Amino acid sequence: MYAYDEIDRAIVHERVDEFRDQVRRRLNGELTEDEFKPLRLMNGVYLQLHAYMFRVAIPYGTLSSEQLRKLAHVARTYDRGYGHFTTRQNIQFNWIALADLPDALAELAEVGIHAMQTSGNCTRNVTADQWAGVAPGEIEDPRVWAEILRQHTALHPEFSFLPRKFKFAITASDHDRAAIKIHDIGLKLVRNDAGETGFEVLVGGGLGRSPFIGRTIKSFVKGHDILSYIEAILRVYNQYGRRDNIYKARIKILVHELGIEKFAAEVEQAWSEIADGPLTLDDEMIEDIRSRFIYPAYEKLPAEPDELRAAAGDARFEAWRGNSVAPHRQDGYAIVTLSLKPAGGPPGDATAEQMDAVADLADKYSFGEIRVGHEQNLVLPHVAKRDLPALWAALDKLGLATPNVGLVSDIIACPGLDYCSLANARSIPIAQELSRRFANPETAALIGRLHINISGCINACGHHHVGHIGILGVEKNGEEFYQITIGGRADEGAELGVLIGPAVPYGEVADVIEDIVEAYLSLRQRPDELFVDAVKRLGVEPFKERVYATR
Amino acid sequence: MTSPLQQKIKITGPSVVTANRTTDGVVIYRTATNGWSTDLADAAIVREAEPARALLAAATADDVGAVGAYIAPVEIGADGAVAPGNLREKIRRDGVTIALPVRA
Repeated sequence: MYAYDEIDRAIVHERVDEFRDQVRRRLNGELTEDEFKPLRLMNGVYLQLHAYMFRVAIPYGTLSSEQLRKLAHVARTYDRGYGHFTTRQNIQFNWIALADLPDALAELAEVGIHAMQTSGNCTRNVTADQWAGVAPGEIEDPRVWAEILRQHTALHPEFSFLPRKFKFAITASDHDRAAIKIHDIGLKLVRNDAGETGFEVLVGGGLGRSPFIGRTIKSFVKGHDILSYIEAILRVYNQYGRRDNIYKARIKILVHELGIEKFAAEVEQAWSEIADGPLTLDDEMIEDIRSRFIYPAYEKLPAEPDELRAAAGDARFEAWRGNSVAPHRQDGYAIVTLSLKPAGGPPGDATAEQMDAVADLADKYSFGEIRVGHEQNLVLPHVAKRDLPALWAALDKLGLATPNVGLVSDIIACPGLDYCSLANARSIPIAQELSRRFANPETAALIGRLHINISGCINACGHHHVGHIGILGVEKNGEEFYQITIGGRADEGAELGVLIGPAVPYGEVADVIEDIVEAYLSLRQRPDELFVDAVKRLGVEPFKERVYATR
Repeated sequence: MTSPLQQKIKITGPSVVTANRTTDGVVIYRTATNGWSTDLADAAIVREAEPARALLAAATADDVGAVGAYIAPVEIGADGAVAPGNLREKIRRDGVTIALPVRA
């Protein structure tokens, strides 16, 4: 966990006071909506179909139990008793009244939570691998660098009025769980031949209307230089990014239009003017940030405790352990993913009661720490293996032990037309139907790793382009239709999915997905050939044929 | 951003003016008496561009009470009942089409 200092706390509280005054002036008519809108957006407040939506930042996906309890409190007190975890590691409340927002923000500020960098044309919440700091084989904890980035970019005047929003993601593992290649800037911690720590910097990734996979702009930037290098990228973007056309305003368009080589040359020129200047990080600064992360005092524990052996006879426990428990860098400990994807449930939603209970379980079993992953699940990052049976029993009672992590029913979905004013079609009911159809754990295990991503419009909050199966809702003559892509992936081998054919109506989506999965099962070479690998080998044709032959 | 009043108004059937209430974002409809109602049945119905523009202008003028006023299609049943003209407006009137995680 990162402990805020006095300056951080002062900024958060001052922001609440400022927003309280802005809300007061809006409600009494001193501010018009046109004047107020950019101010509310800077505090994570959107207006959706039925109500205001309040998006709260969870920097690099790390929460303390105290913070999660406060989110539960806000859900219960100011909203309708639940929250929605997003693909940007944020949480959204869907029903909050404008007049209540300052009080909700003030309560969150008590535990160091805020809504800055959750909206607007600024640098957004920095996201990270949800296993940061605990994943085996990691170079180092990337959250230290995410926090450095957060501190540098938050409220930075040069980055507060960019041509368009700007998103960072960071990882320190070879296996990319943070989807860094679909972010404006993706950072991967690496070591060079001299043993120095630095970053591979990727730029120009993004989804939406014009999807692009990020390109490596520089294969190694020393850690001490990362702020100046990023500043150089943002300066080039700020100067040349399109402000005349919202659809062409993201950095991915600039990189695409200039070409990565020319863009990189512009960045090198800008960097040459600021490198080795005040933005250079010295060891003391880095260590100061690092020292504010509080790490657990792990015990020395056996790798295979008696408690695990005793529980091995319970098939349900074993199914969950095999699916939701991952190796930890510390012997005797494990990383546990809590699925927020129960059969028939809205992906990523958690009730206030569940949040409170998870906070209690985090205190009891995970040193009071919780993570949020971009797949819209929660993680307890430091669980002693001896506690796994007891933790599972508690999670099972809460409905948080569905053993489907990474499987076909672990669906990423945006709120869609049920909530969102931008959406053209519903996402959640599609996800619910699919999760019911693939609810049988044996069937899901047989299918293996398969990511379905659903977006209710081209803005792609559900990351449909990079789903192994992507589902995009569109509107045709007043009806909901869905385009299906296959072969996308968001990890280190990120690729955009390929459209298989004409959009299908709402009522046929689940049947089509079942057809695609059945085709895969009959076409795969071996049981361990993943769906996405089978698509790579076979192309879309066999799947297209299966789907459209009878339609 | 272009004001809704500066945009070309195209009416293809009965329509209403709708917005969200400033205080809490609740869906509201402009009434014939220059007020707002949360009930679509109370909405003023317009069928041509000029009355629609006038209704929208009056709605937009109430910047304190309402946010984002726009013209939305409706259908009038044989019994005169007013229904939303598309799925988006149906969801705005009726609420989400899914069960909420916590019952109200």
